[in-house]
Amino acid sequence: MHAEAALGRIGLWFIIMLAAIASAVAAADAGFAAHATIIAIVAFAMIWMSASRFDPMGKAQGFFKMPDGPSRYDDDVIRWGVIATMFWGIAGLLAGVFIAAQLAFPQLNFEPYLNFGRVRPLHTSAVIFAFGGNALLATSFYVVQRTCRTQLAFPGLARFVFWGYQLFIVLAATGYLLGITQSREYAEPEWYVDLWLTIVWVAYFIVFVGTLAKRKEPHIYVANWFYLAFIVTIAMLHIVNNLAMPVSLLGAKSYSAFAGVQDALTQWWYGHNAVGFFLTAGFLAMMYYFVPKQAERPVYSYRLSIIHFWSLIFLYIWAGPHHLHYTALPDWAQTLGMVFSVMLWMPSWGGMINGLMTLNGAWDKVRTDPIIRMMVMALAFYGMSTFEGPMLSIKSVNSLSHYTDWTIGHVHSGALGWNGMITFACVYFLVPRLWKRGRMYSLRMINWHFWLATLGIVFYASSMWVSGIMQGLMWREYGPNGYLVWSFADSVAAMFPMYVMRMAGGLMYLSGALIMTYNIWMTLAGKQREEAPLRDAAYDPQADRPIVQPRPEAVPAE
Amino acid sequence: MSFYETFRHFADSYALVAMLILFVGLCAWPFRPGSKKRNHHAATMIFKGQDDGE
Repeated sequence: MHAEAALGRIGLWFIIMLAAIASAVAAADAGFAAHATIIAIVAFAMIWMSASRFDPMGKAQGFFKMPDGPSRYDDDVIRWGVIATMFWGIAGLLAGVFIAAQLAFPQLNFEPYLNFGRVRPLHTSAVIFAFGGNALLATSFYVVQRTCRTQLAFPGLARFVFWGYQLFIVLAATGYLLGITQSREYAEPEWYVDLWLTIVWVAYFIVFVGTLAKRKEPHIYVANWFYLAFIVTIAMLHIVNNLAMPVSLLGAKSYSAFAGVQDALTQWWYGHNAVGFFLTAGFLAMMYYFVPKQAERPVYSYRLSIIHFWSLIFLYIWAGPHHLHYTALPDWAQTLGMVFSVMLWMPSWGGMINGLMTLNGAWDKVRTDPIIRMMVMALAFYGMSTFEGPMLSIKSVNSLSHYTDWTIGHVHSGALGWNGMITFACVYFLVPRLWKRGRMYSLRMINWHFWLATLGIVFYASSMWVSGIMQGLMWREYGPNGYLVWSFADSVAAMFPMYVMRMAGGLMYLSGALIMTYNIWMTLAGKQREEAPLRDAAYDPQADRPIVQPRPEAVPAE
Repeated sequence: MSFYETFRHFADSYALVAMLILFVGLCAWPFRPGSKKRNHHAATMIFKGQDDGE
């Protein structure tokens, strides 16, 4: 880099650092000051990096490695994204196991920073936005380049998207522990963090659409449709849901633009479509590229993929009100939400069938290929949770399940089973290709990971079914005199064994992810484990001989 | 009629029909004549490159 440019950059970051320090000093509350300090530290790191990047010869590629030429795909951001996925995945799962333990053993609530109320949003945001978000970022950049047969557009902006998104995650996570929240589920970060995410997200959109625009393939492959729907819809949801007025320019607190039931509906319109477009559309995009690639067969029906794409887009956006059954929301809106949720079953199963049937004629791979096995299990859980969801949205079922652990179990069979498993499978697919290794360090460890994760989900979901239905039944049980039989605390005490089982399930899932981390670590180190293949045809060297004795005399029939 | 009323009556009449037509049209699109070959081409296009990881 040339001297003037380097100096200019250093100057710019220096100004940002000074502004951040000034904000920290003048901040209205401690949380905002802490966040301004984080920004100042980042700006200082950028000064440092800009300075060390200064190279009088102007040849160094520096920290933000740019692609060498147009003949190679731009994979650096994807490599960072895969590592970030694993890092945040472990952090998020660990937080999950911790809060599961807190529910069983309340003594683990360490006030004030590590109480349940603060760690729970840390867990949800870490697994959804940090783990899932980085997986979506990495895979979308991978898939859009491969299916468009072109290099990523705006490489500088793509790097900004990655690092900007990490900054968003750090600000969100530290904010929760410091007690900064706007109390909107899955959208807890306050107004200034929301503004930052909006900037990052628009940059993401520009990179993605820019790459589509310079594609060398005439057709845009269906996976990209899903990615684009995910990016566009999340932008819309994020902006509307976070419309708020800050109390002061240098303070964290803000108030929502909506009030009362409108606010609740906006929140769940966002919340449910975060599930629909972040955790469903985005991950279906992963499914539509990586399942056919790993199975080495084209998707079962391209027509079905298009029909279920449009059905998902048109139906999902109306399903949010089912989160507000039996509340102040008008009855017609509740019924609308219920009807659209039930209709949503069909496009969801369209996706599941399309994914599973891709293996038609190659089902043997489920036995021999643990990555395919993971993908099949992910699709099975996708199908199961998208059946359970519409069922829970029916008002009469919901009157039993609402506010109980059944909901938690449902969410986790979707999140751990579908999102987690498909992400793990895609990472296993990507790592050897991104780092130019022949294969993963160990296929048998993938198999171990598969069984630990599956068993963990079974423990988790079944214990939550039992505990949820029990809760629902205890809450509604009246005695002969018309009084409630159980107090709330009775139902909490009754759930203890289920809470411990849930924690055990979470621990299994986490240990599977730890095995995966070790596997990836060794793969990156360039090692390959010597191990017996998962399955082989039986071979007995003793029996593999010609017969030497003369043929026995024929025995006459009696 | 208030602005809200006008707006919602428009939403649950013309806008609803227009959305339905758009939806049916989009779903029918992959069934138009001659689309079978295009769909097949689109579905197998991901196997063309031999450049995984490059």
